[in-house]
Amino acid sequence: MSGIIADPTDSCTPAQEIPADLSGQMLELDEDDDLEVFSKDTTLTDGSFFNASMPTSPASMINQYKFEEEADDKDIFITVDNPESHVTAIETFITYRVLTKTTRSEFDSCEYEVRRRYQDFLWLKGRLEEAHPTLIVHPLPEKFVVKGMVERFNDDFIETRRKALHKFLNRVADHPILSCSEDFKVFLTAQAWELTSHKKQGPGFLSRMGETVRAVAATVRGVKNRPEEFTAIQEYVDTFSQKITSLDKVTQRILKEQKEYLDELKEYGPVYTLWSGSEEELVEPLKGVASCIERCCREKEEQISHLSETLVPSLHEYVLCAETLKSVLRRRDNIQADYEAKNDMLANKKTDREVLKEEIDKLEDKVECANNALKVDWARWQKNMSGDIRGAFLSTAEKNIDYYEKCLAVWESFLLSQRSEHSVEGTREQQTAKDACPQDT
Amino acid sequence: MADCDSEEIAVIGNTDLTAAELENNKNNTMAEAGTTLLRRMEISVAEAEKRTGKNAVNMQETYTVYLVETRPIDAAEGQNPAPDSLWRRYSEFELLRNYLLVTYPFIVVPPLPEKRAEFVWHKLSADNMDPDFVERRRAGLENFLLRVASHPILSNDKIFHHFLAEEHGWKEAVFETGFQAKADSRLKALNATFRVKNPDKRFTELKHYSDELQSVTSQLLRVRARVADRLYGVYKVHGNYGRVFSEWSAIEKEMGDGLQSAGHHMDAYATSVDDILEEEEHYADQLKEYLFYAEALRAVCRKHELMQYELETAAQDLASKKQQREELATGTIRTFSLKGMTSKLFGQETPEQREAKLSVLEEQIAEGEELVKEKNAECEEYVKNAWVDIERFKEQKDRDLKEALISYAIMQISVCKKGIQVWTNAKECFSKM
Repeated sequence: MSGIIADPTDSCTPAQEIPADLSGQMLELDEDDDLEVFSKDTTLTDGSFFNASMPTSPASMINQYKFEEEADDKDIFITVDNPESHVTAIETFITYRVLTKTTRSEFDSCEYEVRRRYQDFLWLKGRLEEAHPTLIVHPLPEKFVVKGMVERFNDDFIETRRKALHKFLNRVADHPILSCSEDFKVFLTAQAWELTSHKKQGPGFLSRMGETVRAVAATVRGVKNRPEEFTAIQEYVDTFSQKITSLDKVTQRILKEQKEYLDELKEYGPVYTLWSGSEEELVEPLKGVASCIERCCREKEEQISHLSETLVPSLHEYVLCAETLKSVLRRRDNIQADYEAKNDMLANKKTDREVLKEEIDKLEDKVECANNALKVDWARWQKNMSGDIRGAFLSTAEKNIDYYEKCLAVWESFLLSQRSEHSVEGTREQQTAKDACPQDT
Repeated sequence: MADCDSEEIAVIGNTDLTAAELENNKNNTMAEAGTTLLRRMEISVAEAEKRTGKNAVNMQETYTVYLVETRPIDAAEGQNPAPDSLWRRYSEFELLRNYLLVTYPFIVVPPLPEKRAEFVWHKLSADNMDPDFVERRRAGLENFLLRVASHPILSNDKIFHHFLAEEHGWKEAVFETGFQAKADSRLKALNATFRVKNPDKRFTELKHYSDELQSVTSQLLRVRARVADRLYGVYKVHGNYGRVFSEWSAIEKEMGDGLQSAGHHMDAYATSVDDILEEEEHYADQLKEYLFYAEALRAVCRKHELMQYELETAAQDLASKKQQREELATGTIRTFSLKGMTSKLFGQETPEQREAKLSVLEEQIAEGEELVKEKNAECEEYVKNAWVDIERFKEQKDRDLKEALISYAIMQISVCKKGIQVWTNAKECFSKM
């Protein structure tokens, strides 16, 4: 089922994973449990299959198995699909099938199939961040609570989330360090009860609380000698965050304007048809124009779908990434602040200096490790980011070209049909066409 | 846009006619008799200017005047005589048109451009003083003059010639024709519409058609304006990409150049919509002309109804008078009449009285028969002449609107080509990011 489908010689198509398909609504972070209350209505509204084991659009199928950066030595393939609803006495939630195929030696088998819910993904992310505080973990899709929309999570939302979860796991799998995580392995392989018991073992909620508290404290304390390069990264991240947020908003706005344009366009064609009803000689050209407009409407619809499935989620992903980066930098600062604080204590302490010194050395190592990890991962992140963004914009530009080309063909064939009626008209149109587009001759 | 049935190519300022087009027009209008003014003369509305002056109630007002230029065509090779020119206000054009409407009621008189801007999409100004509106009105007025000048009958009108030739004294000349007295009151026409019994079926159909045309073109214009509004929004929002890309490129090393140049293309895309929509206004103006033509068509139908009604009324009067004569002659009363009743009540008339009445009636009947004959002839003449012009109008309309639709398609093609170009350029920049 999985496997290398993309042509190795196909170097010009962007290495693209399925971006999360986030709807154009405002997404708000919610600190509550990820209780997903939703409707079990499986009617298809936009062609996204609720219970299919594969994403259905051919494009997404190809994308799912495309090369990622380290394609040549890829030894693990993960897919997230097949959302299903589960109803218990207390709650209703969705699980996704996570299918893993791997040749890695640390896995006992070469294929695993498990079901996971959003909560589980959150847990995994938390564990990875704890274990590697200064590595950049790809963001998860947001929890989604829309005011007033309590009951229903629609198909769009579920498909969006599924794509984002898929990307998340694949990014983790790609990461040279993160993919070696034991928690990651358990996530991919353990049955439900095994996972639950594993979750209970490690530091969990309380430890995360602890980290938050420490983080707050550290912010108050501040770091004294932040190395220049991390300051530079911080400045970059601040600006990047602003710009990517703006781009996200602009793109959402474009989507909105396109939809409104389409709504008006749908009213426009029928008036020509109506007119043709009272005419004789003009019936053909009027109907022709009406059908051209109709056809353009369909192309516009496709263009809108593409925008909302490709560029919108991509940009939104990186809005979330920016937040991740800020957290990573904060954690790095905290590690350094811890060390600095302990170091300051040394000056004042008279007793237990040996013990303290040992602690300080450990912290110093920790700082060194954290900094190095971040440096390497930072370079990695930048490469991924430019690839992703470039890919998303390229794809959008291509789709826009495609849209205009299709509309062009429609109008040209209408012109041709009018032209074939009178040869005199032909010369006239050529003349008028030349007048309209002097640069084309 | 205007018809031309001349043998030679008439040079018409500021329209899109091509040589091939004129050829086509010639083929279609060869059948028409009479020369038109356009054969001998170039006409254009070259400029517009603002003036201030005192109006009828002695208050300051600002208005626009339009320069009407005419130039004889048959100048010798190499000669380029200066055009004659004079200034006219919109109200004078209106006066001219009203005069033509009254004087040639059987003709579908070309409409004037709209008095106030309607069907505007939001960015377009609805202000009469707005330079774009003035410019489009200038073009519309020129089109009106060209239409009149190429009409086989209207182009020969003396008042029209006068309008083109002499600035002062023209208004007085128009009023001297007494055309206002000939104008039918609106009330009279409305009355006729409801009471006419046997209108010509073709006119009834034409009336329905003109109503439909009016309704559908105004609907089309409204929807088109909304579509234009939305399209504007789509394009303009892309301009924000330009700004943000540019700001973002400042912090990127490798992606910077690609981002920056992509941003420029996004700006270009955003501004391209202005030209696109301006061109579409021209299409809207073509539709508007036929929206207003529908009204002119309706007026011709109304006049027919009025004439038919007058004929029917005259015929009815005659019939009733004849009946009265019969009753008087035979002494029988078939219809109730007050006179009849009173004479019954108050005694019979003397034979002398009856003779007197009868001879008055005979006179009236004779007059009535003349009147009916007259009205009948008028009606027939009207129907005949009107139908000639209506056929001419139909052919013109079919030609013009087909051409308008074709040029609309050409516009859309141009929009698509521009879009392909911009996004291809942008794609190139993106790939370099």
